[in-house]
Amino acid sequence: MSINSNANNQPALISASNLTCIREERLLFDQLTIEINAGDIVQIEGPNGSGKTSLLRILAGLSQPYEGDIFYKNELISQAREEFHQNLLYLGHLPGVKGEMTAQENLRFNLTLHGLAINDSEIEETLAHVNLTGFEESLASHLSAGQHRRISLARLYKSTANIWILDEPFTAIDKQGVHSLEQLFKAHTKQGGCVILTTHQDLLTFLPSQVKKITLDYMGE
Amino acid sequence: MSATNLSYRAVFSLVLKRDLTIAMRHKDDIINPLLFFVIVVTLFPLGIGPEAQILSRIAPGIIWVAALLSTLLSLDRLFKSDHSDGSLEQMLLSPQPVFILVLAKIVAHWLITGLPLILIAPLLAVLLHLNEQSYGALILTLLLGTPVLSLLGAIGVALTVGIKKGGVLLSLLVLPLYIPVLIFATSAIDTAALGLPYSGQLAIIAALFFGSLTLAPFAVGAALKVSTN
Repeated sequence: MSINSNANNQPALISASNLTCIREERLLFDQLTIEINAGDIVQIEGPNGSGKTSLLRILAGLSQPYEGDIFYKNELISQAREEFHQNLLYLGHLPGVKGEMTAQENLRFNLTLHGLAINDSEIEETLAHVNLTGFEESLASHLSAGQHRRISLARLYKSTANIWILDEPFTAIDKQGVHSLEQLFKAHTKQGGCVILTTHQDLLTFLPSQVKKITLDYMGE
Repeated sequence: MSATNLSYRAVFSLVLKRDLTIAMRHKDDIINPLLFFVIVVTLFPLGIGPEAQILSRIAPGIIWVAALLSTLLSLDRLFKSDHSDGSLEQMLLSPQPVFILVLAKIVAHWLITGLPLILIAPLLAVLLHLNEQSYGALILTLLLGTPVLSLLGAIGVALTVGIKKGGVLLSLLVLPLYIPVLIFATSAIDTAALGLPYSGQLAIIAALFFGSLTLAPFAVGAALKVSTN
């Protein structure tokens, strides 16, 4: 199970060698080697419990693999922490949105924390991208699950990171939203970024040949 | 738009402001520990009787034990909600140093729970007939001691945040670490009541404070990485 593509001289944006992951005494994947280059869109597939989220968390450096290493441009991510984190945008199952803060404050905090300065009109514009116009001043606790996810996805429109790791980004997002996210992924990969995501839906606006797939199948007992 | 490097101070104040904003909109976090502190302290005269002699003898212990328990009660909020809504992950994945993020969160916790306690303590000391000479020592020990409680407690919370029911474990982990603070703080207040210098005890609490201020955030950062694994 490995992906090797456009063998130009640029080092792979993110690569993993010999990853092994064991959860609850079950082997989820073994000796997995991945190489993801600029311009790639990678969809990780597999049934529930096959380790998709575990793989994404390991790639983001949140979880430790049982065996194996992750590299950012051929450097171990633990050694290039600051640079890697500057170029990484990870959105997990949990949106990371505080109910006590407004949509605007949540977005501003998340962007500022990642070193992106933004002014009020840009915030409004970004929230408009995710259809949250009129909700800027609403406390997030008064918004729906889908709107929470939209607040966290709004970061994508302003992100300067080139690696996007997205765990089920389309959950609770309506058709129109999915379409505009796919457009965004397209633009991002064209600009030399990469997108790694899990989803049970097919990416409709991409040709099947454009999307690289990693299939995790249930291996162990 | 490009990513800029924030100064450590900017990161610190960003996180501090966020936590204080959340606390101000979720006032339970401020009121609960304070109310607990006041209730525990005021129950003692009712249970023991109003004799000034006995009360003034046990006042330092009561105030400090109540402060300690109320801190323990409030520790959970330090990382639990951030962990359950995913903001903790986002903070750990930000390019900012974990040390600063953690320190800002602990300082916010102290401002929310420790500081109100110190402000109301003199009032409760009057209620318990605390010796007049001990007021200075009470305030000084609380000023130096309650940050230690927040700092050491943060290590315990960081270790147990990933566990569903970590409450009991948290108390078991953290209480033994609180005991030196309790012993030296009450001893300082007792010594002050006798009119003797208490700078020795105060120096030890100050040492605990600076020791935990510089080391605890590292421990918390490491513990959070393990907990989010």
